[in-house]
Amino acid sequence: MPEQLLFASEVFLNGLMAGVLYALVALGFVLIYKASGIFNFSQGVMALFAALTLVGIMEGRVPFSHVINATFDTEIHHFGWHVPAFAAILITMGVMVILAYCVQRFIFRHLVGQEPIILFMATIGLAYFLEGVGDLMWGSDIKKLDVGLPQGINTWIDETTFDAFGYGFFIDNLDIYASIIAALLVIVLVLFAQYTKQGRAMRAVADDHQAALSVGISLNFIWIMVWSVAGFVALVAGIMWGTKSGVQFSLSLIALKALPVLMLGGFTSIPGAIVGGLIIGVGEKLFEFAIGPMVGGATENWFAYVLALIFLVFRPQGLFGEKIIERV
Amino acid sequence: MLDDTEGYVTEDGRKIGGVVMEMKNITLRFGGVVAIKDISFDIREGEIRAIIGPNGAGKSSMLNVISGFYHPQEGEVWYKGKKRPGMRPYQVAQQGIARTFQNIALFEGMSVLDNVMTGRIRQMSTGMFAQALWKGKAEQEEVENRETVEKVIDFLEIQHIRKTPVGRLPYGLKKRVELARALAAEPSILLLDEPMAGMNVEEKEDMSRFILDVNDEFGTTIALIEHDMGVVMDLSDRVVVMDYGKKIGDGSPDEVRSNQAVIDAYLGVQHD
Ligand SMILES: Nc1ncnc2c1ncn2[C@@H]1O[C@H](COP(=O)(O)OP(=O)(O)OP(=O)(O)O)[C@@H](O)[C@H]1O
Ligand SMILES: [Mg+2]
Repeated sequence: MPEQLLFASEVFLNGLMAGVLYALVALGFVLIYKASGIFNFSQGVMALFAALTLVGIMEGRVPFSHVINATFDTEIHHFGWHVPAFAAILITMGVMVILAYCVQRFIFRHLVGQEPIILFMATIGLAYFLEGVGDLMWGSDIKKLDVGLPQGINTWIDETTFDAFGYGFFIDNLDIYASIIAALLVIVLVLFAQYTKQGRAMRAVADDHQAALSVGISLNFIWIMVWSVAGFVALVAGIMWGTKSGVQFSLSLIALKALPVLMLGGFTSIPGAIVGGLIIGVGEKLFEFAIGPMVGGATENWFAYVLALIFLVFRPQGLFGEKIIERV
Repeated sequence: MLDDTEGYVTEDGRKIGGVVMEMKNITLRFGGVVAIKDISFDIREGEIRAIIGPNGAGKSSMLNVISGFYHPQEGEVWYKGKKRPGMRPYQVAQQGIARTFQNIALFEGMSVLDNVMTGRIRQMSTGMFAQALWKGKAEQEEVENRETVEKVIDFLEIQHIRKTPVGRLPYGLKKRVELARALAAEPSILLLDEPMAGMNVEEKEDMSRFILDVNDEFGTTIALIEHDMGVVMDLSDRVVVMDYGKKIGDGSPDEVRSNQAVIDAYLGVQHD
């Protein structure tokens, strides 16, 4: 195989794996948007919050220790125990469900029937609030997250490709695990929405509130469920990104990566989020590889947005989105 | 004389039971508009009860009160011998009261089969997490639900469109799918808001037959709103007549037909 093609294949694989993660984050948006018409600006901060909480619980940090110490003039920071990763993930999930309940109970329950822009503004408020609470609870220092996912070059792939082509592919173990987990999660979510009673109820609510009520579905319950699922997605995304580059504020910016994915795939389409994520992941890596050197690199920062813009012009409803027909 | 417990036997030999639902002095206002004014009536087990009246009389509002979509300012709703507290629509549905809408409310993006399956959702909010974990039970439940749903689909003769997205169906079939979804819940009371509006003669005949068959075969209590007087007289056991939010007649089709106030309302006699 010619050398360029080998490099390109390696880049393609890496792009695919990045794409799966984009798809996962985008799914979090799509789920909430479909079921409630809310574009959840706080999705990225939810991932940050989940990762912060996970680290805090694993390391046995005392939540709100700054506040406690300042008010009571104490010096407590740690409980002195360590929680195993698996248990900590379960506890964090519990926290995300409680968060989902609070978000529904104290914010969106009072905003039923409001304009989409108002709901959107509420999620912006929620994003800043959550960011503040995360800081207050766990401190704003950069934290290391290690739930036991393997990291570093996958030697098996490196050796096998070297033996076959004379060029060893550099693929990070973490990327492999992350994309497998994300792919599994995406499949589970799709099966859940398509084939379970709860999934059917969720789609029903997304389709018509009045009809959903008439068959006995509690909208409140479905919305709490959807926010919980979005919280779960945020937690998984938070673990992947947090493991890779530490738990810090920039983690919340992964949400921005999901925006072009959504424009490409459509805001209401689950398959759209998946395909859109893969296209953006592969597209930006290949573009950087092929065109990057000619324009001085760093194309990854803008490629996704330009692609999304082009899409917006020619197909505003996205790849799989429902066609927008204005009734007159 | 009718009494609460005993009921009566119809001309065609169906046995009608005691009172299952009773509306007591219901008043419903929207700002200055009084949609329902101090109305009382009852619905007996196994009967077909019609609500008729000119446009804007308050018929749909009454159905919305029964199904929990509207909450009356005054009055009480009694169901199965108990006073019903204020309830959300989904809670009413969970109590076994299913309905259809005047302006069809279906899940347009879902297939006919999925739409009818949603009719089985009823008790989902109780123990749903337990269900998600206990896979065996959930699977068994899904199979049972599927059986009931297929029966309903056969019964209403919509097998040929099972997989079709509802959004693509013509109006008459949509009405039928909506009825199927309500029936799938195996309701004890079925509320139908103008099930035949906008249909052609043949479709109306089909729908009348289905309504009678549902009542006959499953003994389902049915309350329906209908404009077509011929249909109402054929189908119903007892009729409530409303006009400008007030009840102006209540009784058998024959009694109602010869009631002067009803005749006036329908002939458009001026109110004083
Ligand atoms: N949600 C609402 N908000 C304000 N007014 C309402 C509402 N629903 C009904 N009304 C008013 O209540 C009155 C009765 O309306 P309703 O829909 O119950 O009549 P109807 O008998 O079903 O008429 P139709 O035969 O046209 O369906 C009307 O004046 C209507 O404008
Ligand atoms: Mg009406």
